[in-house]
Amino acid sequence: MAKSHVTTTVNGDEYEFLCDTEQTLLDILRDELLLTGTKEGCATGDCGACSVMLDGCLVCACLVLGVEAAGKSIETVEGLAHGDELHPLQQKFLEHNGAQCGICTPGMLIAAKALLEVEPDPSETEIRYWLAGNLCRCTGYDKIIRAVMAAAEEMREVRS
Amino acid sequence: MDELRYEAPETLDAAVALLAGADGDARILAGGTDVLVLLHCDMIEPDLLIDIKKIPELTGIAEEDGGFRVGAAVSAMELVEHDAFPKAWPGVVEGVKLIGSIQIKGRATMGGNVCNASPAADSVPALIAAGAIGTIVGPDGRRDVPVEDIATAPGQTSLGKGEILVSFLFPPRPPHSGDAYRRFTPRTEMDIAVVGVGISLTLDDGGTCTAARVVLGAVAARALLVADAAAVLIGTPLDEAALERLAAVASAACRPIDDKRGTKEFRIKVAGVLARRVAQDAYERARGN
Repeated sequence: MAKSHVTTTVNGDEYEFLCDTEQTLLDILRDELLLTGTKEGCATGDCGACSVMLDGCLVCACLVLGVEAAGKSIETVEGLAHGDELHPLQQKFLEHNGAQCGICTPGMLIAAKALLEVEPDPSETEIRYWLAGNLCRCTGYDKIIRAVMAAAEEMREVRS
Repeated sequence: MDELRYEAPETLDAAVALLAGADGDARILAGGTDVLVLLHCDMIEPDLLIDIKKIPELTGIAEEDGGFRVGAAVSAMELVEHDAFPKAWPGVVEGVKLIGSIQIKGRATMGGNVCNASPAADSVPALIAAGAIGTIVGPDGRRDVPVEDIATAPGQTSLGKGEILVSFLFPPRPPHSGDAYRRFTPRTEMDIAVVGVGISLTLDDGGTCTAARVVLGAVAARALLVADAAAVLIGTPLDEAALERLAAVASAACRPIDDKRGTKEFRIKVAGVLARRVAQDAYERARGN
């Protein structure tokens, strides 16, 4: 059977690709569209390293097929910064040393951004529960949590 | 290996025809949080994936006959964020909220949770306690079955060839009704139930229990609807004596295995403790509405 022809939107730009059924959205982003910011950790939905937004919903790209992306809108870590201006979450992750090896960072950023969209003023507990699906084997999480809290505060100040 | 085919039919008839007519191994793709993991780990080698998320009957939440009809492929997040459903069935939502991370809930479905037929599935005890009816459509037409009759053993269901679980019908709630679900896990998030308990109650105006459904998860090959446990609650105001009897009957109904998550003895003990607590949660909710 021929490959499926898929048209999708990633970070506001339209992309077309051909894919086999087995190829996940994660495979497509990294190997076909060369958007390698999204990382592969476990590839079974346990670690959250491949977190992306799919039509406004936080998902693991490894548990979405490439063909399912047809007609959808996807947001990845590449869409966070505006030119040289980092997203507040990225800036605070830098300032708080919220990354060591960096593999979990794109997923953490996307998941944290999704939280701040529904809850601009989350408690530490809410952040910890929300990010329970994002594993980090380096930092012990605390710096990540501090970075998200600091970014949330800054984003609230900008808004008010 | 032959190439894996993907189809995303837009009607139920087309999906049933594809599933019933498939030569090799055809799998339903709803949220994909189980089937894509099995595929990735080479534990299944299907010839056809049938994506059911473009079929309206599978993806809607609607009020029907004073209750709710929820499509089997509605995502957990969509159900949790719905305007009206969580108020009517807070216990079902407690179960659904425990299905994995936020990312997993963005995709995972109650239909998948039921049909994957894990004895530890978190939404299943609450669905059974709610008296939810599964609507199944196949080559021979449509049939309605209680959710407790769908899973038969780990990974096994009563669905025949070509049959698809389409939706769940939740009955209307009489006044003074409430439901609740809790589970025991060693950590508070991202874990699999060692024991889960779902209970739904209806009370009279004076607070005496008039109807009850008590369901235990992860203590047998499938979720157990324990009629004897419901019977000890009915006619009581869930006083200490009734709760004591409930705990004893719930523990006695368990037929658990030993595994890395818990021993038989532990599961039996915890099932009684949880049943008590969940009954109290459901009672408080029933008193409040």
